[in-house]
Amino acid sequence: MYGEIKMTTLEIKDLNVSIKDKEIVKGLSLKVKQGEVHALMGPNGSGKSTLSFAIMGHPRYQIKNGSILIDNESILGTSPDERAKKGLFLSFQYPSEIPGVKYSNFLRLALNSLRKAKSLEPVSVIDFHKMFKEQIKNLGIDDSFASRYLNEGFSGGEKKRSEILQLSILKPNIAILDETDSGLDIDALRIVAENINRLAKEENIGVLIITHYQRILRHLHPDFVHVMVDGKIVKSGGKKLAEELEEKGYSDYVKEVIAE
Amino acid sequence: MIKTEKERQATEMSYDKYDFRYDTNDYQIIFNRGLNKDVVKEISRIKNEPEWMTEFRLKGLKSFFEKPMPQWGANLNDINFDNIIYYMKPSDTNKKNWDDVPSYVKETFDKLGIPEAERKFLAGVGGQIDSEVIYHNVKKEFEEKGIVFLSMDEGLKQYPELVKKYFGTVIPYNDNKFAALNTATWSGGSYVYIPKNVKVDLPLQAYFRINAADFGQFERTLIIADEGSQVSYLEGCTAPRYSSESLHSAVVEIIALPGSKVQYITIQNWASNIYNLVTKRAFAYKDASVYWIDCNLGSKVTMKYPSIYLLEEGARGEVLSVAFAGNGQHQDAGAKIIHVAPNTTSTITSKSISKSSGRATYRGLLKVYPNAKNIKSSVKCDALLIDKESRTDTYPTIEIEEPDATVTHEATVGKIGEDQIFYLTSRGLSEAEATTLIVLGFVQPFTKSLPMEYAVEFNRLIELEMEGSVG
Repeated sequence: MYGEIKMTTLEIKDLNVSIKDKEIVKGLSLKVKQGEVHALMGPNGSGKSTLSFAIMGHPRYQIKNGSILIDNESILGTSPDERAKKGLFLSFQYPSEIPGVKYSNFLRLALNSLRKAKSLEPVSVIDFHKMFKEQIKNLGIDDSFASRYLNEGFSGGEKKRSEILQLSILKPNIAILDETDSGLDIDALRIVAENINRLAKEENIGVLIITHYQRILRHLHPDFVHVMVDGKIVKSGGKKLAEELEEKGYSDYVKEVIAE
Repeated sequence: MIKTEKERQATEMSYDKYDFRYDTNDYQIIFNRGLNKDVVKEISRIKNEPEWMTEFRLKGLKSFFEKPMPQWGANLNDINFDNIIYYMKPSDTNKKNWDDVPSYVKETFDKLGIPEAERKFLAGVGGQIDSEVIYHNVKKEFEEKGIVFLSMDEGLKQYPELVKKYFGTVIPYNDNKFAALNTATWSGGSYVYIPKNVKVDLPLQAYFRINAADFGQFERTLIIADEGSQVSYLEGCTAPRYSSESLHSAVVEIIALPGSKVQYITIQNWASNIYNLVTKRAFAYKDASVYWIDCNLGSKVTMKYPSIYLLEEGARGEVLSVAFAGNGQHQDAGAKIIHVAPNTTSTITSKSISKSSGRATYRGLLKVYPNAKNIKSSVKCDALLIDKESRTDTYPTIEIEEPDATVTHEATVGKIGEDQIFYLTSRGLSEAEATTLIVLGFVQPFTKSLPMEYAVEFNRLIELEMEGSVG
């Protein structure tokens, strides 16, 4: 009915990532297609956040080996904004505070930068406002958010909702959600998970959620689950793997790696 | 705070908005270079001044010659006083009717957006080119309330008594070398008188433009706010870019009589070859409030420390300043607050940005006299460094001679964080856009205190300064 829709794929091949010459990610491979939901799970210190920063192009993270591809094209060496313009998005675990910069102004500027890259007309202040109002309602965010300064004085829960709000407005092809579930109470967790589900389905967003808790997976139903230990994916599977992890925890996998 | 698309398009235009000039062939008077008694007497003669003013000028000149070049701040040793032209009269002055203004002056003001601003949101406007105020007008409704807004020259003619009473009382003729120079050579500037209990709800604006090269502009402003009155005064300053240096050395005196409120806003965007050495001071009497809002963009060197003397109980002083030191520029700016009387309050907020080899210096004084009991003051200086080459210094002098004083002082030096840039660029902003956004956020406490039209222009100027700062 729509003819052929281009589906974006993020592919990571044999990736090694170091910070200050300490190797954190050690030969990791993963493929996320638009519309799929992947959960990358693992204990603290397994290199999950390092992986997410490396994918988005943080200058402090050095790629020692391997490749990151979007639709078979390497994005290594490109800046974070170029990656964003190729449809990548990272929801931060600890988003930076930018004093004096109004939330809605920032987000409209970001949206229009991405639209400009697609040769689309900028969204007017009025249209943006409508869009913003609709999305904050979905996320149960207060109206006053628009005029607050970006991430300044946000509570832990507000930060997480705010990141998903940005996701819902910027509508990337592939979203990496770094510990989006931490610091949320039960109700907030449910709302955030519902919105991720909705966006994945309605906007056909590929999601890679990174977490060390299983609880968000009760609300978010991943198509694929990967277990990451010590910089590598040690096991991949379907929903069943998540259930298994909920019962047993990571201890079996951690032992396995240590035994090696 | 972030620009709309229309403003964005305006931003993408170049700095050339300010960089235009007209030749001086048609000027009515151009003095020879250099300064001596005859130059000063001739200025006074042309203006047909009373004798006391001529004498006052000559006292200023003597003091100027006697005082050594100040060595405690920015480097001023390259100023060649013999190479400067001290007086230039472009055309007939003080036109009240726009139609009578010569066409190149009209064009100048049109390019700077002054007539439009006057129609839209000003109570009165004055425009000075080089030595003389060319156009001056106050809206009728405000004139009827007894508000006086004239060029300083015209003020002296029409209100000799008041001028004689106050002129040079806040800033004495020998206050400092450049105030002395201004006293000797002053021309133009504004004379403002707000009658008792009159509140002017729209701002008065003066626009100072240097057109000629190797020129010294020495405007002189006196604002008298009578008891219970209220006024907001804005000044804008620009100049085209020449290869040689010009000097701008103004004196601004404010007398805030009991219960009055005076706000003085400066948006200056001098070309990068101007020495900008200005003395600004206010006397605040019982329950009066004075606000200096001071924006220092451009110039080669700026030395400016707006001051407020809190002379009687209940007086309040506030200075809010921003300085942007770009490549090769030194912004040596700050504020001085003197608590003379008890139960007075003050705040100083200073924000500076240094970029490339630019240097921003905060130099301030907070003084509390003995027996000035129950005073409250807070001083906050924040500096932001854009890159490794840029520099900032802070010299916050605090002299408290009354143990009862409540004073807080806070100074921060920040750099733009790698993680902040990463966060913003991950959302699709370029590194340059992200840096500019962080800078605009940094000066936001300043921007929000400006009238909307000025806030837009100020942000635009910051964006222009930030252009080409990355990569």
